[in-house]
Parts: sequence; C-alpha cells; structure tokens
Amino acid sequence: MNAQTGYNFAYVDESTKRMIRRAILKGVAIPGHQVPFGSREMPLPYGWGTGGIQVTASILGPSDVLKVIDQGADDTTNAVSIRAFFRRVAGVATTERTAEATVIQTRHRIPEHALTERQILVYQVPMPEPLFRLEARVAETKRMHALADYGLMHVKLYEDIARHGHIATSYNYPVMVDGRYLMSPSPIPAFDNPKMDRMPALQLFGAGREKRIYAVPPYTAVRSLDFEDHPFRPIRAPHACTLCGSRESYLDEVITDDRGGKMFVCSDTDYCAERQAAKAAAE
Amino acid sequence: MSALLSARGLELRFGRIAALDGVDLDIWPGEVVAIVGESGSGKTTLLRVLSGLVPPDAGGVIFDGQDVLGMNEAARRNLMRTQWGFVHQNPRDGLRMGVSAGGNIGERLMATGARHYGNIRAAAADWLRRVEIDPDRLDALPRTFSGGMQQRLQIARTLVTHPRLVFMDEPTGGLDVSVQARLLDLIRALVAELGLSVLLVTHDIAAARLLAHRILVMRQGQVVEQGLTDRVLDDPQHPYTQLLVTSVLAA
Repeated sequence: MNAQTGYNFAYVDESTKRMIRRAILKGVAIPGHQVPFGSREMPLPYGWGTGGIQVTASILGPSDVLKVIDQGADDTTNAVSIRAFFRRVAGVATTERTAEATVIQTRHRIPEHALTERQILVYQVPMPEPLFRLEARVAETKRMHALADYGLMHVKLYEDIARHGHIATSYNYPVMVDGRYLMSPSPIPAFDNPKMDRMPALQLFGAGREKRIYAVPPYTAVRSLDFEDHPFRPIRAPHACTLCGSRESYLDEVITDDRGGKMFVCSDTDYCAERQAAKAAAE
Repeated sequence: MSALLSARGLELRFGRIAALDGVDLDIWPGEVVAIVGESGSGKTTLLRVLSGLVPPDAGGVIFDGQDVLGMNEAARRNLMRTQWGFVHQNPRDGLRMGVSAGGNIGERLMATGARHYGNIRAAAADWLRRVEIDPDRLDALPRTFSGGMQQRLQIARTLVTHPRLVFMDEPTGGLDVSVQARLLDLIRALVAELGLSVLLVTHDIAAARLLAHRILVMRQGQVVEQGLTDRVLDDPQHPYTQLLVTSVLAA
C-alpha cells in the first residue's frame, strides 16, 4: 500500500489480492483442481484476459519483470495493452525477452524457451471446464471431477478418431494432472502440451468470466489423454520459419497477399527475433 | 450359494400413496426375475430403489454382500458401470444421441479403463453384430437409427462390460414383434452364457413367460403373488393375478 497516494500496488486492492492468493494456494495444493474465486471487474472486457490479469496482479512484486504474450507474440494489441497497464499501475519492469521475465502472462501459447524455477507462467483461460462441451450440467461435471469419472472425455477422443482417423483436437487438448484431475490447458496448441509436463516453472490459470483459478505446481506430471494405439502427437506445420529457419518452433501461417501468397513464421516472436539476431551476428 | 441381490422391507411413500409397501425380493445368480403389474403399481419405483437411484423410506438392499443404500456415490457409480447395467424404457434416456454407435458402446469400456482404440472398436462392432445391427453402422449417430435399433444399441452398450446384474425397464416396449422375439432370445442366450442376472420390469406377460424364471406380481406397492413363472401364470392364486392372466390377448 502506498500511503502517499492512497493507491494500491498493482491495481487490485489488498483484500482482493488476499482472496485470490488463497485461491492460488488452494490450486497449488490440489494440482489441476478448479478453485472458485470472487472474480472482480477489470478494466478490459471478458475474453481479453480478466482472469490472467487478476492472477498476475496478485502475485506481482515491485522487483518482478513482466512479459505478456498473445498467441506467442509480444507486439499484439492485447499483449501491448496489458504490459502497459502493469507498467502504469505497478511500475514494474517489462520485457519481451522470455529469459529475463519472472512473470509471464500468456494467451494461447507457452514460450519456446524452456522456463526455469524462478519464473511463473500465468495463463488466460476462457473456459476452465474441460468437460463442458460433453456435459452441460455444471453440477454433474463437478461430481465427475470429484469421483475422477472421466470416461466421457475418452468418448470424445474416440469420436475424433472414428470421424477423422486421428485425434483432431489441435488446441485445448485435455490433460490429466498428477494422475488425478482432468484439466483444460487453456487454448494452447496441442504442440505446447508436452512443455507443461514436469515444467520447472509454476503454472497458474485464471478464468475471469467463469471465476475459476487452477494451478500446476513445478515438476508436476501433466499427461495428454490418448489411446494406446493412437498415442498423443503434437501437431506442427511441416515447414521451416521463413524468418529464422526454425524447424522446431510452432508456426503461424501468414497470408501475404490476396493471390494465395503465404508464409510460415514462428508464433513466438521473441524466440524468432533471438534466432535472427544470432544468425546475423554469425554472418 | 447366496442371493446376488436381496431387498428387505422396502417402503416408499409419495404423499398418501404407498409406492412400495413392505417389498421383499431376492435375485439369485443367473436368474431372470420379472416384475409384472399394471401402471402405477410400483414396478419402476422398485427398480429405481433397488439400483440405488432413489432412497427408500425404510428397508435395505444388499448386493453381493455390500449395502447398496449405505455406500457412497463413488462406490455406487463404480457398481453401476462394472457390475450393473440399466436398460431404459426409452432408449433416448440410455444413449448419448450425439455420439456414434461405436462411441456409445465403447463408453462403459473406456469408463472402466480401456485405452486401446482398436480393441474398443472391435468390441463395439462385435456387439453391434450380436444385437443384429449391421457393423457398417458403427460410426452412425443413434438418431439415424429406428426405435428398435436404438433399443438394441442400448442393450449392446449396457452388456459390453459383462455386468452381473441388469435392470431392464420395459426393454421390449418399442420393438416390433419379430425383433422383440429375437431380442428375448438374445437375452436368454446371454443369461446362460454370461451367468447374467436380470430384473425385468414389464407389463407384457408373454415376454415375462418367455424370459423369466420367476415372476413377482405387484399391485399398489405390494407383491401380491410370486413364484415360478409357469406356476404363477398357469395357476394364479391371487384374484388380481387371475385378472391379469385372463386379460392377455391371444393373436
């Protein structure tokens, strides 16, 4: 609390922070379990990261370095405005470099750079309930989580294979956390799912509209659901990045003109820029 | 040998109406028991109480040494998807209409830990064949099936995990006569093959005679008469049973 201005550090008032931190601690204690919390109104619309912002605001300290990405990019509207927001209300340092950040708020991607123990990854989550397209009743999905009754999720994957010949879920691919809770990884590409498994960084998930927080503590097993004869396969466009030439990173397909021209570039802009700089330095 | 399912002194009232009034029941392994009676006599309520869906006002239900009414929900659900099956009168209640036939049959397998797509699919195709649906329809949605096919699909979906006890609520209600006969045949074969016990609720006396080893006649929440099927139907003792048996239409 800043006594001089009467203005609170990082936007959210202290009692709200306490409430959100309690929810985070509960979430960390029960990996993958959705903890309800009293989501507040935020100065941006639902679907733009109200959950992520509240989690970030509650864990941010004055010495933290914040990075915000949207679909992997640091320079999109959502990422730029949230970064500017925290620079203004918390005065924290911001960065576009994954390695330098201590808190990374993300929408729809996990950075290509391996994260470390001193970093926290905050996901913006539109729909925390992995079963909601399969079971409309929230009371019933809660019961299914309580009883670990997840056969229905496999029915969905079965249907995918029966219809398309392979599991066609390419994002928001359901995972089992610590062998107990079924969890929605937020709409990250299935390509990023393996990065969640035993990640050294703490992963926090905030869903503002649905008022849920959940977490994956460091070094927790996160397994993508699959069948023995149709194992989980991360999907990636079979191209190299036009700008940096990477064959490992996740690619965006970018339309370059209205005559069918297109190129593939890394969705992680920091990773791509670093590789381009290294290439330029080598030449 | 002891009874697979045994109920004692079941009572349930809906306001002034006694839906169950002191019902005792035993089902032995491999036995098909039919409950017959008119609409409103408490047949379906009895089924729902026995399967733990509705708690009774008094009485107890023991399945294979376990107290069904006293167990927690996790244990009961586990029982439901491994040891028991439930065939609903309306197949729409028992099927997932937005999921393919194969997915419907595979659901119980996947719920009990099957994780091999090929095996699940093979089992589903096999069960479609056993209920006389063309295995080519494996990926078709149930809503494209006729009412009779939906009912057969529901039975396939229930029996795929080889439950020990199956509750059937008017299973042949929506089927045409020839399919009904085949289905009754199938159920009889399965009882012999799998040592399946069936509790069949029906108002179709002919189906009960064909299938059941034993018959219970219910009226106003009470079991007014019970015994071996042929004995009850050929030599009815209770006035209501006599009425019921003489009311059957012959073709």
